[in-house]
Amino acid sequence: MNKNKRLKNPYYQSLIRKMALIVIIVSFTPLVMASCLILDYFHSSYHEKVYAHLGELVQKHQQNIDGFLTERLSNIRFLANSYDFEELSDESFLQNKLTVLQQDYGTVFEDLGVVNEKGLQVAYAGPFKLEKAEYSKADWFKKAMNSRYFISDVFMGLRGQPHFIVSVKSKWQGEWWILRATINFLEFNSLVENLRIGKTGFAFILNREKEFQTKLLIGSISDKKHYMDHFFEAAKVGNKGIHIVEKKDEFGNMKIYVGAFLKNNEWLLVCQQNTTDAFFDLNRVRKIGAVIFLLGGLGIISTAYLMSRRMVNRIATADKEKEMMNQQVIETGKLATIGELAAGIAHEINNPVAIMVEEAGWIEDLLEEEEFKEGENLNEFKRALKQIHTQGGRCKEITFKLLSFARKTDSRAEDVQVNDLIEEVVALSAQRARYGKVLINENLEKDLPFINISQSEMQQVFLNLINNACDAMEKKGGTIEIKTQLAGDYVEVEIADNGPGIAKANLARIFDPFFTTKPVGKGTGLGLSICYGIINKIGGKIDVRSVLDVGTTFRILLPLKKEKAQHTL
Amino acid sequence: MSEKKNDRTPPEAEPLRAERIKLLIVDDEVGYVNVLSNRLRKRNVDVTKSFSGTEGIQVLRRHDFDVAVLDLKMEDMDGIEVLKIFKKMDPEMAVIMLTGHGSEMAAKEGIEYGAFDYLLKPCELEELLAKIKEACQKKIKI
Repeated sequence: MNKNKRLKNPYYQSLIRKMALIVIIVSFTPLVMASCLILDYFHSSYHEKVYAHLGELVQKHQQNIDGFLTERLSNIRFLANSYDFEELSDESFLQNKLTVLQQDYGTVFEDLGVVNEKGLQVAYAGPFKLEKAEYSKADWFKKAMNSRYFISDVFMGLRGQPHFIVSVKSKWQGEWWILRATINFLEFNSLVENLRIGKTGFAFILNREKEFQTKLLIGSISDKKHYMDHFFEAAKVGNKGIHIVEKKDEFGNMKIYVGAFLKNNEWLLVCQQNTTDAFFDLNRVRKIGAVIFLLGGLGIISTAYLMSRRMVNRIATADKEKEMMNQQVIETGKLATIGELAAGIAHEINNPVAIMVEEAGWIEDLLEEEEFKEGENLNEFKRALKQIHTQGGRCKEITFKLLSFARKTDSRAEDVQVNDLIEEVVALSAQRARYGKVLINENLEKDLPFINISQSEMQQVFLNLINNACDAMEKKGGTIEIKTQLAGDYVEVEIADNGPGIAKANLARIFDPFFTTKPVGKGTGLGLSICYGIINKIGGKIDVRSVLDVGTTFRILLPLKKEKAQHTL
Repeated sequence: MSEKKNDRTPPEAEPLRAERIKLLIVDDEVGYVNVLSNRLRKRNVDVTKSFSGTEGIQVLRRHDFDVAVLDLKMEDMDGIEVLKIFKKMDPEMAVIMLTGHGSEMAAKEGIEYGAFDYLLKPCELEELLAKIKEACQKKIKI
């Protein structure tokens, strides 16, 4: 409790704060710097790794898909080059070729058709009834007529199912004709669907009109069209290769889009993945790092605080001990010098004062004579003379006290029981203590050996100390604790009060003659000097410990005379 | 209190002695000796002043005194030495010593050498007078 009270002192509080702060700063700075560096490095390298992985994956698929399309195209081209319009216009022949293709490549090829220059399908092999279908208005037909080889976007067409067309334009007898094949959308789609990464990653294909060319997973994507602009923009710059974009979707989730162009930049293969998924490991490491950082930080802060608290507590204790030590040192040399000086002055002053007082007395004597009896101011003279007498008495008193402090030898020493002496003095002070609401407790060790001292002087010492204590506690009252005990070759007397204590600055001077904190005229400042003189003369010691607002303790050590001690014991 | 003594002492002194008490003061503090002798003379004491130990001894050679008041701290001679000489010259003369506060040990030593008593300086005149009369009475009894 005492400890905490001491630590509540604002000085120590700020000391604790400063120390803790320094420790925290010193420990955190390298920690934060190292963490940031590692995190940054890890972050960028992990991103690179993920991007590279995704890019590679997409590139592989791009090649796959491109390969697939080229292969299908070359199948058709082979047909168109191998047979002429006439042969292929034969539906059974065409059906035969479709069967061969389907045998070789599975259900990739849905049907085959031969379309003449006017857009009329002259021959058809496949599951739908599309003989003589009219394609002259169809978008794909127009485009197909413009280039030698053509792969259309996915569209519904006449059959009402998503599909796309691979066509080859050839010339026969001066007229252009087209061999077209329908690619099974599901077969194609599976190529893209294979491109799945992690939990959330999937791929799709967009055409230049930003229409999906593949099936989409339900709820996976709503409208990403405008994001695709980024790829088209990126494509304009880079033209070739893989483009990676990180964007927030409308739900606020960060996503990575990896795009690669297919089919002579007409289609865009996009692979998208949630960043949380893509960087799952990174995030996990980040979380672990954050937890470690947090725990470590907590550890540092609490250690810093506890350690500084403990250190400051030590400092506070040391300060207090030092304070106590300081207080106990009495400059005996200084006191002796002051004492001699004071005694010299007292001697010198004594005689002139005595003469002054006697001269005043002489005037008093003369005033008794008849010639002055009728004097107008007789009473005033008498009063003034009396005043001189009184003030002379005061001077005398002071010089006497000074000389008491300084005197080397005096008074008959006798064997005295200290406890008895204290009890007498306490009895003397009882009245005064009662008025001041001061309680005097005695804690006297029984059967103390006799001590060879002057009874009256010792009484003076105790009386002085008790009176001082009473004066100090005049306002609030309090307790005086008087303790005696045998301490080695000394009898120890402690007189402790719980009054306001003595300020540090004053404490060093309290044994100095004429030093007093009492108002002018109330104290001569000689009481403690005299006590010191008396105790010192008999080879004893007196010291004082005082703590503000806690109290003051005077300790007196009275030496035992060895042979006497043995005698009494 | 001093007035009380004032009232009492003169009538006491009168019946005991027809003659005035012959007193020798030895003190190097001139002002003090002067005023003291004035006041004592006023109180019917025959005072002879001397301002040093040597002067005191010289005076004592020529005259007899009932009582001597001797300052123990003088510049030329130590008061105790003067006392010893006084006691040799006139063992019957009572000697009252004046001593400063704090040097009572010297006064106690003086009593061993035959001084009548000592007073702390500065002392009350009435106290001194009473002591002088006491010493004088004792001398008569002897």
